[in-house]
Amino acid sequence: MYNYDQYDQKLVDERVEQYRDQTKRYLDGQISEEEFLPLRLQNGLYVQRLAPMLRIAVPYGLMSSRQVRKIAAISRTYDKGYVHFTTRQNIQLNWPVLEEVPDILAELASVEMHAIQTSGNCIRNTTTDQFAGVADDEIEDPRPWCEIIRQWSTVHPEFAFLPRKFKIAVCGSEEDRAAFLLHDIGLQLVKNESGETGFHVYVGGGLGRTPVISSSIREFLPKEHLLTYLDAILRVYNRYGNRDNKYKARIKILVRAWTPAVFAERVEAEWEHLKNGPATLNGTEIERVKSFFTLPDYQTVDSAAVNAEVQSLAAEHKAFSRWLDRNVRDQKQQGYASITLSLKPAGVAPGDVTDRQLDIIADLADRFSFGEIRTTHNQNIVLADVHKSTLFELWQLAKASGLATPNIGTINDMICCPGGDYCSLANAKSIPVAEAIQRKFDDLDYVYDLGDLELNISGCMNACGHHHIGHIGILGVDKKGEEWYQIQLGGSANKNAALGKVLGRSLSRDAVVDSIEKLLDVYVENRLDQESFLGTYQRIGLDKFKERVYAPTS
Amino acid sequence: MPQLHSDLNSELNSEQPKQYLKDGIVTDNHWQLVEANSETLPSGDILVPIAYWQANHQQLAGHSGKVGVWIDSHEEIEAFSDSIAALPVIAINFPKFADGRGFSTARLLCERYGYIGEIRAIGQFMRDQLFMMQRCGFNAFQFDSDIDLAAASKSLNDFSDSYQVAVDQPEPLFKRHR
Ligand code: HEM
Ligand code: SF4
Repeated sequence: MYNYDQYDQKLVDERVEQYRDQTKRYLDGQISEEEFLPLRLQNGLYVQRLAPMLRIAVPYGLMSSRQVRKIAAISRTYDKGYVHFTTRQNIQLNWPVLEEVPDILAELASVEMHAIQTSGNCIRNTTTDQFAGVADDEIEDPRPWCEIIRQWSTVHPEFAFLPRKFKIAVCGSEEDRAAFLLHDIGLQLVKNESGETGFHVYVGGGLGRTPVISSSIREFLPKEHLLTYLDAILRVYNRYGNRDNKYKARIKILVRAWTPAVFAERVEAEWEHLKNGPATLNGTEIERVKSFFTLPDYQTVDSAAVNAEVQSLAAEHKAFSRWLDRNVRDQKQQGYASITLSLKPAGVAPGDVTDRQLDIIADLADRFSFGEIRTTHNQNIVLADVHKSTLFELWQLAKASGLATPNIGTINDMICCPGGDYCSLANAKSIPVAEAIQRKFDDLDYVYDLGDLELNISGCMNACGHHHIGHIGILGVDKKGEEWYQIQLGGSANKNAALGKVLGRSLSRDAVVDSIEKLLDVYVENRLDQESFLGTYQRIGLDKFKERVYAPTS
Repeated sequence: MPQLHSDLNSELNSEQPKQYLKDGIVTDNHWQLVEANSETLPSGDILVPIAYWQANHQQLAGHSGKVGVWIDSHEEIEAFSDSIAALPVIAINFPKFADGRGFSTARLLCERYGYIGEIRAIGQFMRDQLFMMQRCGFNAFQFDSDIDLAAASKSLNDFSDSYQVAVDQPEPLFKRHR
């Protein structure tokens, strides 16, 4: 992974001192509440219902075991001993004290981490595929490009006060595992006829109140022009994005108002001035950054023998076999696998882990995955490059720490926002709904039989829980002061991204779980061989589901 | 906060601060800001709305003092770019500190239109933006509020280096050091 040199380190150190001074001046009454707001947000500090929250950047989801141990230590010293993994691959502390945040940031800087631009109307952390570098469908490793974007966006002089927040995702593979079409800019790595790398550039995606799938504005951008082209897009947005109404301020609204074609023309016209300018990337820099993302020292493995060994263990241990099915993925390197540690056992808020679990995750990474940890936008943890002969041992250790729930990609691997328990904007609670669903569907045989199913829950239309792109989405709505829930079907975050359609009138919390069961019954009755829930929905449409849920009870 | 409209200039602070920061130094301010709706021009050195200046070039040539301009955050510098080179001062207004359009305007002035005179920030910007503003080409800062300018000038040096290309450093870090 990328290691800081003296310039990277100096910048984060200076940022800590800058923020320390700002906090001091704020506490001395020299900076007003209003002026301090963007300063603290751009250093990750958000004040929510119960306490401040500090969002720590995990650039493109990659961390070392040393960094994970530091997060564990920080959560013990400065917080309540647990942290939250977010849907943008970042980490949140839930109870930091404003006065201590500069010290927390200094601790982060000591392990090459920061919280720069994790909140506020600026360019946020760039996200990507958790299987970068090991996915068998990869076109090119997206991580060096994410790092190049990280450096370009960090303390960018022109784009720190945008109309609204700005998120970039990079996809390097055939399948999309980064929801990149739902970002302000989505970059797809592609090769042209001559085999040269470039980017297919999409703009204007996003969830929130107005969910939009992004539009293509350029099919092939040669790689060396990446930064000048991003400068052009950001400059057009900075100058012309709506600043009067925060609900109309995202780039998606500008792209839609102008049409993608006109937006593309404006970007190209701006780019004409920047193209081939000094910010143009050169081979030396691209190679320098790529050199940090080399593959580990793989051993040559007798695949057949290892697979046979794993299979025989699986035959003996049903739970291990389930875990292999759901949480383990082959990678392009023979004899190695990527495993997902589930942060969604029943009864825990999705994405929450304790300091002790973090230490154990770091130990597991040192022992099994060359000291590297990846976070996922589904709020789980991936250890890649695991030698297959160690899978059984890894499973036993992970299981003992509550990290091996075999539910990845199933109905119980939900994305769920904090909702009414923690969030002042909520219409309804969301975590109790997630819990009720997990408790209802606790029969593992049934859950496996259902197969791949994404269920996402948001407590209001801000859509932090990605309900628009769940195969089943649940949205909290307010009905005369009471908490109700609307169900949506058919959303999807993959390459054929789709937004869910509303099933019908909203339901009480008790009725939600029963209705989910009815939806699943319709699926099971109608599915063809191997067909997923989403596949069946796409084939038979909404009506059959709707009829069942709203049928008068006899 | 005044509501911004594209056909309506934002309100300026009518009290002119006595001092401002120029090239990092606390400097006496003898420039008068003239609002879009003023009826008369004061004597001495003045900063007039850029649209007014463009429409009244000839008359302003006979003014008793020097004439500079100010541009608002929603105005497009492109519309005025032909004739700005000789202006001694171009001020850029920040109706709110969160309105980042002025950062782009300053860079365009310097990098695209080759303007080399004083670029002055006016309006509601804040001290903690100075480092970035300076990178975008601002070399003068006229605060509305009464603040300790010498202390504020420290924020010009918050960072010792930067990754990106900008007015103060036309080569990216990766071409200089790596
Ligand atoms: C209680 C604390 C929270 C509050 C008050 C809050 C508030 C908001 C608001 C107002 C938006 C909409 C912004 C917009 O559309 O421009 C938003 C978006 C978002 N939130 Fe939260 N949020 C909270 C916690 C979380 C958490 C814990 C997560 C991670 C699970 C999260 C993930 C997201 C994401 C991914 C979006 C972006 C959706 C998009 O693509 O536009 N939020 N949040
Ligand atoms: S979706 Fe709504 S309820 Fe849930 S965290 Fe976001 S703002 Fe709060």
